[in-house]
Amino acid sequence: MKIAVCVSHVPDTATKVNIGPDGKTLDPNGVAFVLNPYDEYAIEEALKTKELLGESEVVVISLGPDVNKETIRKALAMGADGGVLLKDENYRDSYAVAKALAAEIETQGAQLVFFGKQSVDYDNGIVGQLTAEMLGFNCATVAVDFKLDGDKITVEREIEGGKEVVETSIPAVITAQKGLNEPRYASLKGIMAAKRKTIEEKEAAAAENYTEVLGMKKPPEKAAGKIVGEDASAVPELIRLLKEEAKVI
Amino acid sequence: MSDENKNEVLKGGEFLIKESDPQSVFTMDDLTEEQRMMADTAREFVEKEIIPNVDDIDKQKEGLTVSLLEKAGEIGLLGTFIPEEYGGLGENFDTNTILSMEMGNAHSFGVSFAAHTGIGTLPILYYGTEEQKQKYLPALASGEMKSAYCLTEPTSGSDALSAKTTAVLSEDGTHYILNGQKMWITNGGFADILITFAQVDGDKFTCFIIPTDSEGFTKGEEENKMGIKGSSTRALFLDNVKVPKENVLGEIGKGHYVAFNILNVGRFKLGAMVTGGAKKYISIAVQYANERKQFGKTIASFGAIKYKLAEMAVRVFVSEAAMLRTSGLINQMSEELMADGAQFSDSLIKSAEEYAIESSMMKVFGSEMLDYVADEVVQVHGGYGYSEEYPAARAYRDSRINRLFEGTNEINRLLVVDMLIKRSMKGRLDLLGPAMAIQKELLSIPEFGDEPEGLLAKEMKAVRNAKKAALMIAGSAVQKFMQKLAEEQEVIMNITDMLIEIFTSESAILRTLKYAAAKGDEAAEMYAKMTSVYVSDSLERINLYGKHAIAAFAEGDDMKLLLLGMKRFTKLDPVNTTKLRREVADKMIEENKYCF
Repeated sequence: MKIAVCVSHVPDTATKVNIGPDGKTLDPNGVAFVLNPYDEYAIEEALKTKELLGESEVVVISLGPDVNKETIRKALAMGADGGVLLKDENYRDSYAVAKALAAEIETQGAQLVFFGKQSVDYDNGIVGQLTAEMLGFNCATVAVDFKLDGDKITVEREIEGGKEVVETSIPAVITAQKGLNEPRYASLKGIMAAKRKTIEEKEAAAAENYTEVLGMKKPPEKAAGKIVGEDASAVPELIRLLKEEAKVI
Repeated sequence: MSDENKNEVLKGGEFLIKESDPQSVFTMDDLTEEQRMMADTAREFVEKEIIPNVDDIDKQKEGLTVSLLEKAGEIGLLGTFIPEEYGGLGENFDTNTILSMEMGNAHSFGVSFAAHTGIGTLPILYYGTEEQKQKYLPALASGEMKSAYCLTEPTSGSDALSAKTTAVLSEDGTHYILNGQKMWITNGGFADILITFAQVDGDKFTCFIIPTDSEGFTKGEEENKMGIKGSSTRALFLDNVKVPKENVLGEIGKGHYVAFNILNVGRFKLGAMVTGGAKKYISIAVQYANERKQFGKTIASFGAIKYKLAEMAVRVFVSEAAMLRTSGLINQMSEELMADGAQFSDSLIKSAEEYAIESSMMKVFGSEMLDYVADEVVQVHGGYGYSEEYPAARAYRDSRINRLFEGTNEINRLLVVDMLIKRSMKGRLDLLGPAMAIQKELLSIPEFGDEPEGLLAKEMKAVRNAKKAALMIAGSAVQKFMQKLAEEQEVIMNITDMLIEIFTSESAILRTLKYAAAKGDEAAEMYAKMTSVYVSDSLERINLYGKHAIAAFAEGDDMKLLLLGMKRFTKLDPVNTTKLRREVADKMIEENKYCF
């Protein structure tokens, strides 16, 4: 079976991002990009599934500019068999991204597809679901446990305040949540092996955007804290402020 | 010092008499994608496995360091120097340097790691027979077997060759019987094999591989140390330990080759680790300074703190420039030797020996730089720096060992001048010609040419002159003391300190010029500012060291002439280092980390 993993190349969460001069895009200068952290769980689950099944292949797909190859290479170093870069320099909304990914997954003939539950850049969290819909695949999101038995899939999902267990079957799209597994390191041997694996480059299938970015804003600077008092006598004043000013209790 | 020599590869010690092309130096900006990915894996390993466990590691929690070494082995971090045919990766010298840097903030684990992969593994790679390599290297690369290096004894530290441990061949000639005591053995608590030195027949200094399950081998208690508390350090006792004669490593009586050639690499690697560690520690200080508020402002906004942040960055930047330049030289020579048919291990022995002078300088400079940084990281934290709740305290106490092991900094300073003089006498390095030329120049009227224009051109000229100052002092000291110079240790220290200033200053200039050539002068602005600050202060220090040396051995007209020479050769227009430091600090404060 062919297993696909869709990955994105996102700014490192520790990096400082700036908004570009057009006010609508990120300024990539000085920004460190990494493999989207949720995608690491997706890759790990795909590799584990491959190890379990034996005869199967893991292909990594990423949409974006040439630099996305770095992220694909990281996935190859972790152990994926091959990579595809769907080239596109322009902004795409989630729908347009899913459109191109779905077309490629179809070309690849993959029956099981893993995504991270969201990319930590735009945080829409819907590309996996849209792709499943376009392909007519089953879909289970925010997975914290995944089991495959023949064609049958059992997924434990994280939901508000608890967990939900769902059952579905192949073909399917699964989106990964933190806790699904412990992603392996890109070992030094894996990194060397990745050099010999191929990354196929293709033009991303054309698709229309349904949304448009009007502008980006940085969050307001955090205001300085206020020290109400030093001992127990300050408690009433603290409660009053929490009620009336901060309105949190 | 003509331009004709510009594109030749520098030999060891030649920096003193030749110039280098900026394009010839290896810098952080020259890493391949593969090297960057490997560094990422090593960094991730330290961040995920080591940093969250530092307290437990320091308490020597049972089995923790051993399991972490094994995990490092699984990822491939233990076998980077070991060729593929012995289960390693056979990575080149530069890649190993980059990976050592990433281990620099692994505290005690970094020491266990370095002892295993460096002094614990390289002797077998360098001098092992085919059988020994087959038997040990794959297990050392995977972490299945852990190694320790046993050179020091209670009465032989810096004077290593005076070791008292004895090895006597058994009557049937099948094995040696070893007796003695070893001290301060890193990984001594859990090592499976010991690379051990002993005297055969009383005076033939020889290296052995001893399995720790041998009868007669016992371990002392863990030492209670000032820092790196999590690394296992023990005394080891050999009481009639039988070692098969196949376990002799290298030749009988040639143990000093093993010991010294290993130390050449070990010293360099220490320079790499401390540089990598210092970069991370500065980020900790910057982040704290950006958060901590006093008098209604972040402490990062105060000049006194900015000075500290900037000076730390300047020293690390320079250390990295000089250390990677050295790595690049060793790497290049090693690859050239291999292209000529040399074995990987032989190419490493030869190239590390060629640049032993630079490696000793990097050990000294790097370890003192880290001590400065760790001290200032504590200071930036104020009282919190003294609390174990913050990382500064551990950085401070773990730093101190670096000036002691791999040869104390004093021994290394003595070695620098000793090696230079020996190479000069053997004709490997022509110091005499340039030294004579300077004596002639001293007696001539100084040239008052135009000041050079261009990025760091004045600094480059200043370094060129500083080389003359160092040659002048070294030359006069040799003339004065002849064979007895070795007894004038203070003068030797002065000379080495001048050489270190020169090598580091020049390396910072070359790094900046290379970057400017690739990305433009504007992009290299911060590099240039840091270099300018460093060179400006460096010239003052060179002047001081030179004066100390002159006062120690010259009198009358000789003294006057030498002092005049010092003045002439260490001249540099004053630089507003306060303004430059503020700008360097502001950049880090904005980025909230060490960002160069």
